[in-house]
Amino acid sequence: MNFEYTTEQKEIKETTMKFARDVMMPKAAEYDHNETFPKDIIDKAWELGFLNTCIPAEFGGVGFTAVDSMIITESLSYGCMGMNTAIMANDLALLPIVIGGSDEQKKKFLTPFTEKPLIASFCLTEPGNGSDAAGLKTTVKDAGDHWVVNGEKMWITNAGFADLFVVYATIDPSLKHKGISAIVIDPKESTGIEIGKPEEKMGHKCSDTRGVRFNNVKVPKENMLGKPGEGWKIAMKTLDHSRPMVASSAVGGAQCAFDYSAKYASERQQFGKPIASFQSIQFMVAEMAMKIEAARLLVTKAAWLVDNNQPNTQLASYAKAFAADACMQITTDAVQIYGGYGYSKEYPVEKLMRDAKLIQIYEGTSQIQRLVIAKEIFSRS
Amino acid sequence: MNIFVCVKQVPDTETKVVPNSDGTFIETSSIKWIMNPYDEFAVEQALLVKAANAGSTVTVVRVGGPKDTEALRTALAMGADEAILVESADNLDSYMIAKALKGAIDKSGKSADLVFAGKQAIDDDCLQVPQLLAQMLDIPSVSVVVGFEMNGTKLNLKREIEGGSIEVYEVDGPALVACNKGINTPRYASLPGIMKAKKKPMAQHSLADVGVTDADRRVKYSEFKLPPEKPAGKKFEAMEEGQRAGVVKEVVGLLRNEAKVI
Repeated sequence: MNFEYTTEQKEIKETTMKFARDVMMPKAAEYDHNETFPKDIIDKAWELGFLNTCIPAEFGGVGFTAVDSMIITESLSYGCMGMNTAIMANDLALLPIVIGGSDEQKKKFLTPFTEKPLIASFCLTEPGNGSDAAGLKTTVKDAGDHWVVNGEKMWITNAGFADLFVVYATIDPSLKHKGISAIVIDPKESTGIEIGKPEEKMGHKCSDTRGVRFNNVKVPKENMLGKPGEGWKIAMKTLDHSRPMVASSAVGGAQCAFDYSAKYASERQQFGKPIASFQSIQFMVAEMAMKIEAARLLVTKAAWLVDNNQPNTQLASYAKAFAADACMQITTDAVQIYGGYGYSKEYPVEKLMRDAKLIQIYEGTSQIQRLVIAKEIFSRS
Repeated sequence: MNIFVCVKQVPDTETKVVPNSDGTFIETSSIKWIMNPYDEFAVEQALLVKAANAGSTVTVVRVGGPKDTEALRTALAMGADEAILVESADNLDSYMIAKALKGAIDKSGKSADLVFAGKQAIDDDCLQVPQLLAQMLDIPSVSVVVGFEMNGTKLNLKREIEGGSIEVYEVDGPALVACNKGINTPRYASLPGIMKAKKKPMAQHSLADVGVTDADRRVKYSEFKLPPEKPAGKKFEAMEEGQRAGVVKEVVGLLRNEAKVI
């Protein structure tokens, strides 16, 4: 039992936090306001090896553990939750290939991401199917020497910049989750992909979010991950890996809100003393610190289970729900501590509150996480 | 080319420094250590020279406590090839550090073609080690360097002097270059760099191994204490027209007789 990061993990934390502070934070408000896709930041982050942390060493990746990638995500999210979404979306899209792809597919699809800063999109959600992912309607039909994909996806992160789509579609909607298949689509080699306009969002405004329509898109046979109908299994395993990562991004955002709040509370004077000397503020700050530590420990354990090949579905949902809810509470309290200034765009905390909300929604809502947890509990009793 | 870089580990710039319990040094137990920021410029310059001269190696050398080797590991992660740590207490004086660095370079068996250092360490701000080391190595040195060009063994070095003017030095290598902010932009340690760093060689020596003994000490620290706290400022009220002449007179009197600045 050991709670200490390794020497390398400390250095990973150091260098990613330096990047978050020096490169991301100075641009966070501007990119949010102008809804600028952070391609320049992504390129720099890629140069330093912060992207695509899930790619195994044998396919050109650095060979990070899941715990390592949690540390990276927390730092980048500390820099800007929106920019981190754009960065993290790559891992979410590439994980199904890491989990369900053959060696040949991994070599073909993953290795290019280690050679230049490419962008990937994960396409699961549809206009009519969010939490009920197994009810998706996009179809993939066998057309002899190729597949044909038809359907509409929604809230697709990075869609406007994607060099690769990983799409979930069904061979037969009546099969429900047993029909779902995961297929890789290269937009450069495909026709019939229609990319929608960028969505106007409450937060994560620099990240690119769009609808994507697949109209009779022909896909090579060898692009199916696993067998047709194995997509659901791949998607669930992907979530076991990616949910701790999303939880880690909540910890990063919460830590950022905490640091701003603690500093501001020590500086802001009311009634002749710093507001940090008032119990009502102390309670809020103490609550923040407690929840951040608890969330980080849950994230680390959920990732540690992945690294040790143990089932982590329940822990991943603990981490995702707890960290996202904590991040929402902490960023809301940060605005409260800043008072009127907190509500103003002149100060950084209102953006954190807007950004936090999404983490309770994407990658399985806080409510879905609780359903997953309850299902795990009762399926064993 | 054999390039050496001297690095020092210093307390993080946000550290609140306090004397230790017997006042013989600062309290080091809770300090977060970082590479001296001026040394980052030195490491970067060494890596730039290495990149332009195939077959060169960059060796980073540090004298100090072995508990945390942050500075050396950062340099290796940035791209240095090997590291040498001379284990010592944290309270050596500049002469002992320079002598230990010289001893470590000699012990490496490589003759130094170029030595880089930061112009000063931000903890004790002595600004002595680079010059002392150059003297011991019997090579020329230039400090506060903000511009570096190299042509064969000829160095063209720009040195910042007071008033923002620049002196230009032409130096024949081998030489020691002590770097200032502005010479380059230090790179980040990349994550693949961090993972590779753990496989790079790090030699460890004792002070005795590199020929330094307590007899080399030139400076003895007798007492560390915090500067006295500033007394609270004085505030003068002159809200009404009639009060102002009197207040001005009082302030001028205090500046002259108490603060003695005019």
